[in-house]
Amino acid sequence: MFAYLVKRVFQAIAVMFVISLIGFAIQDNLGDPLRELVGQSVSEEVRQELRDELGLNDSFVTQYLRFAGNALQGDLGTSYFFKEPALDVILKKLPATMELVFGATIIIVGLSIPVGVYTAIYPNTILSRLVMGISIIGISVPVFLTAILMIFVFSVEYGWFPSYGRGDVVHVFGPWETNFATVDGWMHILLPSIALASIMLPLFVRLIRAEMMEVLQSEYVKYAKAKGIRPWRIYFVHALKNTLLPVITVGGVQIGTMVAYTILTETVFQWPGMGFMFLEAVNRVDTPLIVAYLIVVGFIFVVTNTIVDLIYGLVNPTVNLARMGA
Amino acid sequence: MSLLSVRDLSVKFAMRDNTVTALNQISFDLAKGERLGIVGESGAGKSITGFALMNLLSRPGFVDSGKILFQGDDIAQMSDAQMRRIRGNQMAMIFQDPMVTLNPVLTIGQQMVETLMAHRKLSKSEAEQIAIVKLREVYIPSPAERLNQYPHELSGGMRQRIIIAIALLLDPQLIIADEPTTALDVTIQADIMELLLELCETNKVGLILITHDLGVVSQMTERTLVMYAGRIIEAGRTREIINDPQHPYTQGLINALPQQTAPGQRLKQIPGNMPSLTAIPNGCPFSPRCEYVQDHCRTEAPKTVQYTHVEVACHEVHRLHSDKAEEMNR
Amino acid sequence: MSSLSTNSEPSRWSQIWNSNIGYSFRKNPVAIVSLVIFLVIAVMSFCAPLIAPFDPYDPGQIDIMNSEYPPLWVDGADAQFMLGTDDQGRDLWSTILYGTRLSLLIGICAVGLQAILGISIGLIAGYVGGRIDSLLMRMADIQLSFSTLMVAIIFLAVTQAMFGSETFNQYAIYFLIAVIGVAEWPQYARTVRATVLAEKKKEYVDSARVLGFGPMRIMVRHILPNSLSPIFVISTVQVANAIISEASLSFLGLGMPPSQPSLGSLISSGFDYIFSGSWWITAIPGIVLVVLVLVINLLGDWLRDALNPKLYKG
Repeated sequence: MFAYLVKRVFQAIAVMFVISLIGFAIQDNLGDPLRELVGQSVSEEVRQELRDELGLNDSFVTQYLRFAGNALQGDLGTSYFFKEPALDVILKKLPATMELVFGATIIIVGLSIPVGVYTAIYPNTILSRLVMGISIIGISVPVFLTAILMIFVFSVEYGWFPSYGRGDVVHVFGPWETNFATVDGWMHILLPSIALASIMLPLFVRLIRAEMMEVLQSEYVKYAKAKGIRPWRIYFVHALKNTLLPVITVGGVQIGTMVAYTILTETVFQWPGMGFMFLEAVNRVDTPLIVAYLIVVGFIFVVTNTIVDLIYGLVNPTVNLARMGA
Repeated sequence: MSLLSVRDLSVKFAMRDNTVTALNQISFDLAKGERLGIVGESGAGKSITGFALMNLLSRPGFVDSGKILFQGDDIAQMSDAQMRRIRGNQMAMIFQDPMVTLNPVLTIGQQMVETLMAHRKLSKSEAEQIAIVKLREVYIPSPAERLNQYPHELSGGMRQRIIIAIALLLDPQLIIADEPTTALDVTIQADIMELLLELCETNKVGLILITHDLGVVSQMTERTLVMYAGRIIEAGRTREIINDPQHPYTQGLINALPQQTAPGQRLKQIPGNMPSLTAIPNGCPFSPRCEYVQDHCRTEAPKTVQYTHVEVACHEVHRLHSDKAEEMNR
Repeated sequence: MSSLSTNSEPSRWSQIWNSNIGYSFRKNPVAIVSLVIFLVIAVMSFCAPLIAPFDPYDPGQIDIMNSEYPPLWVDGADAQFMLGTDDQGRDLWSTILYGTRLSLLIGICAVGLQAILGISIGLIAGYVGGRIDSLLMRMADIQLSFSTLMVAIIFLAVTQAMFGSETFNQYAIYFLIAVIGVAEWPQYARTVRATVLAEKKKEYVDSARVLGFGPMRIMVRHILPNSLSPIFVISTVQVANAIISEASLSFLGLGMPPSQPSLGSLISSGFDYIFSGSWWITAIPGIVLVVLVLVINLLGDWLRDALNPKLYKG
């Protein structure tokens, strides 16, 4: 177990190293920090002096080590636009994005498991066929179109829900302000959460259904029936546990996709999260913020994937963590 | 009254545009505590018979007609809830491949306890005590520790012992064992069979042993059914079927055994293959491979008749017998 | 094999038609309708220059005074413009035809690139095995855990910031194909590798080796044909996904520019106008996009059921 953990953490560090290299390469090549600092009205001599002072004439390795050292201490540079530490800017936006992801995850997990299980157990009912039909339409509509459609119907035509922003948020602690404390906050987060969940939900319903149907054909399910086990126990203990194992793995992979979709959702709903901020940073060529976003998102990916792998190892008795570490 | 009485049971499979007959009007009886072997090549319908008796045929298979009377009640007509109470309780099944039979994510203990608790009002610890006793009966070392282990931590032979223990958990009237040792190493096959025989004898449990191995049948069972292409073609006491088979197919099976062949000689195989269920020939299904075949064999299905001490479905059995007697006399 | 297939071309079609695949196709109205719709969309969009009444890329044919005309069935329409006009005064029908062509082209080319990369890597990983195999598959895992869309967004955002919009817009189509093509190779690689591992054990591969055939020949001639059905199934799904990815990137302003719009950029440019009531600029390309992706997905579903290949699972 410990060896496996060490191996996994080591791999995570290796991936973070590659991400930081990419981040540094972007930092090094994109935009000119001097111009952001002093503008264009300074003579070439002063520029050279400043370059030396800032260490911009050092070798690539020295500069990278400085960059990585600062990054490890939480210093990812200063945003050109906000004139604030880039990490602070991102951390301020992080809760908005996380709440959105949380809302979508609740919708996905809460619906995909019961719906997936139902359609697997009763594949031929009208309801199941309807669900499968809707699900294939669901995976064919891009997230941003679902978002636009919902705004058009529920905000523009009927005016039931607001179309942009977070509405009334309540401060919790640090940079965290929550949508879940006021009715207005709930109204604001509902449409974006549904939009964010819209492509993932049918994907998971289909995945769970397919896995479950396969498991229900297995010998051990047949054997459980032959032992006279009650149907609900066969479905929810024997079959579901085996169904969810591969789903966990896929879920881990989908977390990355989900973060990408937040950029789309946040753009459509002008949700003040990190995705929206990132696109603004791109338009302003705010290099430190772009790089900081890359590193923070990379970090989130690596951490969640490592955790998902560990959970998989803990849930699945046939994975021998001790042996995998060797 | 017999424990199990199967009457004219037909099982069909619904295919793309037609149905295929997998079991064609089979009938047999099993007395309390009796051990019956069902023999035949793969595809003869042995396993389907086993699953039909448990009312566990999976789509697209279904019981088309006939009765399966278990202690007087017709299993084929039972609701799922009624059937659930019998499965694992009065009638248990041992599957072919122990490597895939146990659920990989549940412990041995969970899989044993749930079986007991599905049929009896017991506390978890009472159920565990029974499980330990049964594990000891199948000679599993340190049974209490096994309860917390997962199937993948145990060998195939060990798992099959556990499956036998699970079959015995609720003291059933009948155990159906479908090729219980084919998936195991040759070295432990005999051990498992011996164990099964011992337990059935001491507990007076009826056994239906489905196998392709005539040797196993001769050691384990009192009566034997020989199946071919979804029909029972010969039935009787095991000793008599082995020593004096009447149906040309059964004779072929026995002659093909290595024991029947002198060293250095080629094994005497029956020429040809068993027909697939979609292409069963008219008349006697064995006719294309039969050396005694006559014209009417190809058009008319043979009826089951009592001949000497067995029941046999063959038009030519009389002639065959006199031929053989002549041969002996010569 | 190549000489055989060219000689027996006509009979091969009837073979396919009468095979199990053909049978399940004829019995499946959804698959038939999907294929017909897909072919109609594909043919019309690729013939866009012949069919379209206007050339949306020709500034001489665009008049800003014509902007935001609604489609014919809505009051205030102009008879010239069947589906209305967009915010720049372009005929929406013509723009959609050209845009669909771009979306399809990018989707298919990107998947072609994925397939070439993924199949080669999968063949190598499966055939060579050992350390190279585990390294490549580890890379595939990591690559997959970073979603394609995320990688594409960051890559395109940085490229755009680096080259400036003008240069970027000029080469946007190549960037899109490259990034969607490169990011998804593991999908193919894993499946092909799995088939190679399964096939490698079989006797015919041994006998081919004994006969002295080189690894390249064994892989391409003997193993690859056995991976074809999973490759077909993956490819349909991947084309649908690539079209969605392209649309999403263009919607974010990281793909095709408004001057050469794909379906995604058209939807994006229309989005600003849905609040003022010009819904059609977004809605009509949106419907085309959804129908296109939907029919491809439906065909993919049918293929998966019909071929029932062993697909790689996590």
